[in-house]
Amino acid sequence: MEVSVEMEEAAKIAHEMRLRRDKRARNGRILKHIFLIGVSCVMLYPLFWLLASSFKPENEIFGSLTLWPSEFRFDNYTEGWNALPQSFTLFYVNSAIVTALSVIGNLISCSFAAYAFARLSFTGRRFLFALMMMTLMIPYHVVLIPQYVQFLRLGWVDTYLPLVVPRFLASDAFFIFLMVQFFRQLPRELDEAAMIDGCSPFKIYRAIILPLSLPAMGTAAIFSLIWVWEDFLAPLIYLNDIKSYTVPLALRLFLDQEGKSAYGQMFAMSVLSLVPVVIFFVLFQKLIVRGIATSGMK
Amino acid sequence: MKRFFARNAPAYVFLLPWLVGFFLLALGPILASLYLSFTRYDMVSDPRWIGLGNYEYMFTRDRRFWKALDVTFTYVVLAVPARLIVALGVAMLLDRGLRTIGLYRAIFYLPSLLGASIAIAILWRQLFAEDGVVNQVLALVGIQGAAWITDPDTSLYTLVILAMWQFGSPMLIFLAGLRGIPRDLYEAAEIDGTPRWRQFTRITLPLLAPVIFFNLVLQTIEAFKTFSSAFIISNGTGAPADSLLFYTVYLFNEAFKFFRMGYASALAWVLLVIIAIFTAIAFFTSKYWVHYENERD
Repeated sequence: MEVSVEMEEAAKIAHEMRLRRDKRARNGRILKHIFLIGVSCVMLYPLFWLLASSFKPENEIFGSLTLWPSEFRFDNYTEGWNALPQSFTLFYVNSAIVTALSVIGNLISCSFAAYAFARLSFTGRRFLFALMMMTLMIPYHVVLIPQYVQFLRLGWVDTYLPLVVPRFLASDAFFIFLMVQFFRQLPRELDEAAMIDGCSPFKIYRAIILPLSLPAMGTAAIFSLIWVWEDFLAPLIYLNDIKSYTVPLALRLFLDQEGKSAYGQMFAMSVLSLVPVVIFFVLFQKLIVRGIATSGMK
Repeated sequence: MKRFFARNAPAYVFLLPWLVGFFLLALGPILASLYLSFTRYDMVSDPRWIGLGNYEYMFTRDRRFWKALDVTFTYVVLAVPARLIVALGVAMLLDRGLRTIGLYRAIFYLPSLLGASIAIAILWRQLFAEDGVVNQVLALVGIQGAAWITDPDTSLYTLVILAMWQFGSPMLIFLAGLRGIPRDLYEAAEIDGTPRWRQFTRITLPLLAPVIFFNLVLQTIEAFKTFSSAFIISNGTGAPADSLLFYTVYLFNEAFKFFRMGYASALAWVLLVIIAIFTAIAFFTSKYWVHYENERD
């Protein structure tokens, strides 16, 4: 009799403890959400401020913190688009050409190298792989000057060749690393079976490895697209003629003609330059997040 | 011989683009840069050999070189730990007890993706301008703001804050690392009544050490290479009073504004050595504080 009373008592206490713990956990969760929402607001405020300012009349941009413009104006966009000696249509076409060619170059050359490193055995593989990993560490500034001298002699300055050709030579070794990581996970039996069936290494690359690696190729494509789109240093050095400017260089022109009157237009064009990146981020968020988590990129 | 060729030929065909690139765009330029660093070269006349002249000038007489080192090291020492601490803190908040983290993760990562762009650097200049948003917020709570960007005492901190704002990628890497820590360790600690703080120092930190190490190396190298934002915010010169004279900005100006290519090459090599030393230190000390649970080949 007594034993069962004690047991009931114990069960009651255990139940209460569990309730209390659940309640504490729920309170903790709510606190966490409040905190994280706060952090989110701080993180996003500058971006929303930029967006809001791009719609505001010039005299409202500075002096008020409110994000809602008193009236929405699209003048900043229409006027900003043509505010520079060349229209932004040209800058966007230029950026699109450079970006498209660079992404294609990266995908082809890097997947070639990655396939060799990950799936083929050859003399000097370990050594060359180590070399490739070392190039990841080298700051661009170290190779910049000799490259510039070289490209100047070739007459490539003021063309897109210095921006695009290196990408066809797998100069962004980071993507090789990313793809090697992925290719290595694919089952080896596939290659072996295909080899026995008489497939050439190229056939294996094209018919087996590539189709199975679409996520990795997609991740590489998105990152190289975003990085090339935002690239500033290389265009700054190689493109002198405003007709060949990419969007980031054009944005910088707004700063040079600094008169307060052009802020709204500068913000409007800044917003537009971010739009492609944001769209790709929203569409391919999963690939991007997984790409960083597995390869640990910047 | 024939068999050797047959065995290796396909692989080297696939490697060809990278190999050409390696020799023409990496190894060749690095050696050329080393050679140029011992010369005076203005791109008009041929390089003239001056031995260690550039290095001697750099280390003994060039005040701006030391200023650039000072600015860059200060930035690295402040920005990297700040970014990693925020990244780890947020990652730990997201890791436990919340069911939906996707939206937060996306919001926190977005600035890192946009951060390298010129648009954000332009935005930053305005946020910290004298009549900018930051000062208006401060005025709301009755604090008289400063001219953050144009004041040499504060300008560097605006860039540190920009770096903190972009904690997204280390956060994602920390999140992946935290996922790898077995839950039962925390449950056992909970039953033993181990306080949260000790759970952090005794379980989370040691098991996360490889990831912290990885992030630290990566972010330090990145921080040394900071260019675009510093260039835009300082009008391309390192102004005000050289307080934003990042090493890369100085190098860029020496090379492409004053065409002192030999001297700029010497600067580039010093940067390469600095980064190599940092990476080496990280790797050699790592065995004392980084333990891998199961070594991989």
